[in-house]
Amino acid sequence: MNQNNDGITVLTKEDFKVKDPVKWCSGCGGHSVLSSVQGVLPEIGIEKEKIVFVSGIGCSSRFPYYINTYGFHGLHGRAVPVATGLKISNPDLSVWVVTGDGDLLAIGGNHFLHVVRRNIDLNIMLFNNMIYGLTKGQYSPTTPKGGITKTSPDGTVENPLKPGELTIGAQGTFFARVVDTDPKMMKDVFIKAATHKGTSVVEVLQNCVIFANEVHSEITGKEEKDDNQLLLEHGKPMIFGEERNKGLVLEKAQLRVVKIGENGYTINDIQVHDATQSDPVIHYMLARMTLPDFPVAMGVIRAIDSPTYESLLYDQISASKKQSRLKNVDDLLTSGNVFKVK
Amino acid sequence: MSKKAKVVELEEVVVKFAGDSGDGMQLTGSQFSDTSAFIGNDLSTFPDYPSEIRAPSGTVAGVSGFQVHIGHREVQTPGDLADVLVAMNPAALMSNLKWCKTGATIIINVDSFDDKQYQKAGYESDPLKDDSLQGYNLVKAPITSLTRSAVKEFGIDNRTADKTRNQFVSGILFWLFNRDIKIGEDFLKERFSGKPLLIDANIKVLREGYHYAETIEVMNTTFLVNPVETKKGLFRNITGNVATAWGLLAAAEKSGRKLFLGSYPITPASEILQEISHRKHLDAIAFQAEDEIAGICSAIGASFSGRLGATSTSGPGLSLKSEGIGLAVMTELPLVVVDVQRAGPSTGLPTKMEQGDLLQTIYGRHGESPVVVIAASTPSDCFDYAYRACKIAIEHMTPVILLTDGYLANGSELWRIPKMKDLPEINVPTLEDNSPDFYPYLRRPDTLARYWVFPGQKGLRHRIGGLEKADVTGEASHDPINHQLMVEKREAKVQLVADFIPEQEIIGDPAGDLLVIGWGGTHGALVSAVEELRKEGKRISLAVFNYIKPLPKNTGEVLKNFKKRVVCELNLGQFAVYLRSRYPQYEYMQYNKVQGLPFMIRELKAKFNEILKGLDS
Repeated sequence: MNQNNDGITVLTKEDFKVKDPVKWCSGCGGHSVLSSVQGVLPEIGIEKEKIVFVSGIGCSSRFPYYINTYGFHGLHGRAVPVATGLKISNPDLSVWVVTGDGDLLAIGGNHFLHVVRRNIDLNIMLFNNMIYGLTKGQYSPTTPKGGITKTSPDGTVENPLKPGELTIGAQGTFFARVVDTDPKMMKDVFIKAATHKGTSVVEVLQNCVIFANEVHSEITGKEEKDDNQLLLEHGKPMIFGEERNKGLVLEKAQLRVVKIGENGYTINDIQVHDATQSDPVIHYMLARMTLPDFPVAMGVIRAIDSPTYESLLYDQISASKKQSRLKNVDDLLTSGNVFKVK
Repeated sequence: MSKKAKVVELEEVVVKFAGDSGDGMQLTGSQFSDTSAFIGNDLSTFPDYPSEIRAPSGTVAGVSGFQVHIGHREVQTPGDLADVLVAMNPAALMSNLKWCKTGATIIINVDSFDDKQYQKAGYESDPLKDDSLQGYNLVKAPITSLTRSAVKEFGIDNRTADKTRNQFVSGILFWLFNRDIKIGEDFLKERFSGKPLLIDANIKVLREGYHYAETIEVMNTTFLVNPVETKKGLFRNITGNVATAWGLLAAAEKSGRKLFLGSYPITPASEILQEISHRKHLDAIAFQAEDEIAGICSAIGASFSGRLGATSTSGPGLSLKSEGIGLAVMTELPLVVVDVQRAGPSTGLPTKMEQGDLLQTIYGRHGESPVVVIAASTPSDCFDYAYRACKIAIEHMTPVILLTDGYLANGSELWRIPKMKDLPEINVPTLEDNSPDFYPYLRRPDTLARYWVFPGQKGLRHRIGGLEKADVTGEASHDPINHQLMVEKREAKVQLVADFIPEQEIIGDPAGDLLVIGWGGTHGALVSAVEELRKEGKRISLAVFNYIKPLPKNTGEVLKNFKKRVVCELNLGQFAVYLRSRYPQYEYMQYNKVQGLPFMIRELKAKFNEILKGLDS
């Protein structure tokens, strides 16, 4: 902790580091995400005692051990319901869920849909490395079709899930995507996720150096990233490319990649990103864009205002307390039909 | 109220209401029991409803019943066999006649006894014409037609009119039991509050039924059940599920830890979730989760936050919650799991009772996973045991499984309302902010419980989770010696609960020929059977266990001084297996029933007599 010029204690990144060693593999994408989160927490204006990290099972779910806050390391797939009970019980807490593609989308898939539709104010960090790492290399629900793993020696025959499609399909209010190789992007998006009121889902395209190395390299590679990533900014035209000369237009209800300056397209034709529009159609299109026809959308795709579950619940609790004549359990026990036996 | 009929005073009487699912028998039953409570009778009730919401009308599958046992003396069960049966149609008669005493009074709606209905009910010949009802006291009332003509003035259609038929039955019973009809009218005014037409129509029919009975003197004797004399004070009629919910609320208020119930709807436990969802004014949160697992995990998250976390379910849900219970064992958080048992395995008989989950609650998790297991034994003591489950969970920082069953859950009895100030204190093992030398797995010496520290508290940040914990520090640990130590400490912590629970009581003498042993919801039938035999001079005693794990400290003494012991359960002998493992020095006979039905007092007496006879020879 440091003191600022006004003598007020301010938190720094150091406050959120732990003494014990972080036990992820060297080269694991988790390290950079952890570092980003530790850097973000002093900036979200919440006391450190009120921050809680909840996780399930998997490599990513070791996260609570590596960050100096309250933490809960739960069951495989069940980080979301634990976090739900915690947040509903005490809405003052800033509750973060750290989870992976297997934890959140396979065994925990049911909970994921329901937390998103309820819009509970949780920050869900989905480490998507498209593989089961802790169990050593089986395919996951996001492994690309045809992916060869220990349990798909001839390639998977399953269609992978896209977390963004699910989030928007379940009426999500916040979805963003980042890569583990871009600290600036992570910091910017994590702050937005933390301050969003409602369930924020951040998909981190994370590299598993052992079992799915470079699975995202087409997106994250130094050579390719400018052409293959579209970094979205609210209110700005959707432009990308090494020369910043490519953009998205909306034609015949479909997104299309065009080159500015070719076929009569100017910067004014390029679609402007509106993360706050409640109609999800364009957000859905953005979330599902894939190589090679489209760049992969990065940053905040959707961030809309909508009441949270807990705010509506506590409104009902206040109203009920005002209306009810039964102020305590004694009142309850003696309410309705009671009989005096003499 | 001039009456020519002779009045017979009864010590107790059992009335069974039976009809189609839509005939309003549950309402008539509630009205009859509330009236009984109002005039001071002791009572015990049990609804017997089909799992289908509206099975085809007129069929045996669609028969819905409600049994009420009222007494001038204390009653322990809803009764074995009925003295009075109301049968609204042939199917109701078909399925209930076997549960009537010989010579019982049977009130039938003769309007629905036609060939078509006989066929639907499966009768081969007209039971009113053959001799199958000989020996019963038959009241044939044209209930449908008289009801319809009674409500004609209200201009309502026959379909709506028929919904008030149950009040015609009530009217007959008010006359038959010499009761003030005004009590029944008040019941209707409250039940249909805000719906004046329904109130007027129902009251009209109620009076019509009463006057019909009086005018034609449907019977030449009427009954009077005087108030019970041994119970004094303020009472209410309460079901096991409501009592359970209220016990949780009471413990939350007493401990100052607000209630969070995370549950998924399941028969026969749903009323607990429903009841808590109506109690926001008491700061209670009922979270209807997306599944059973989310139910328990949200409750664990709530407990971590400092709320009193609870989850309610039945057998299939308990199976799904096993892993979550293990997590609460490892994280040593307070958690109450209510299992309203039903007949299994799998979907089984969802609306019927059984005691088949016992061994699952004690042992049914992976690893060494000790929890406290307690069982309620009457509808109203579900309140006490729910309260005690919370008290133990909080004070000992452990999951507690409370076993009730479908019979307790839906059954009701007269309950003497306690005062909050008379309930035992609940000591919450909290710590002040910035307490020095804090470690998450530091234990209190008396209970071995760790402290309950909530996120938001300053200077006490820590992490807990499902990985094995290092002793005291609570860090994740894979050390072999530490694992054995922690396994033993968790078991010892649960065993230490025995220092804080009451000793096991014996009903009857502490020594004798036969000790009858039971647990949980069979209490009423066992007490009745044993007391009746004791009156006959038999050397028989009874121990009904509420504390299962750990067992009360005096259990060995209780079991010792009898020539024979018989463990009576509604399963194939799970408590017997458990007792044999804990007290192998004794021999245990078993009496087991798995029919989805409670024990009958007469079958218990027959069994006990048979054992006692064997001793003589």
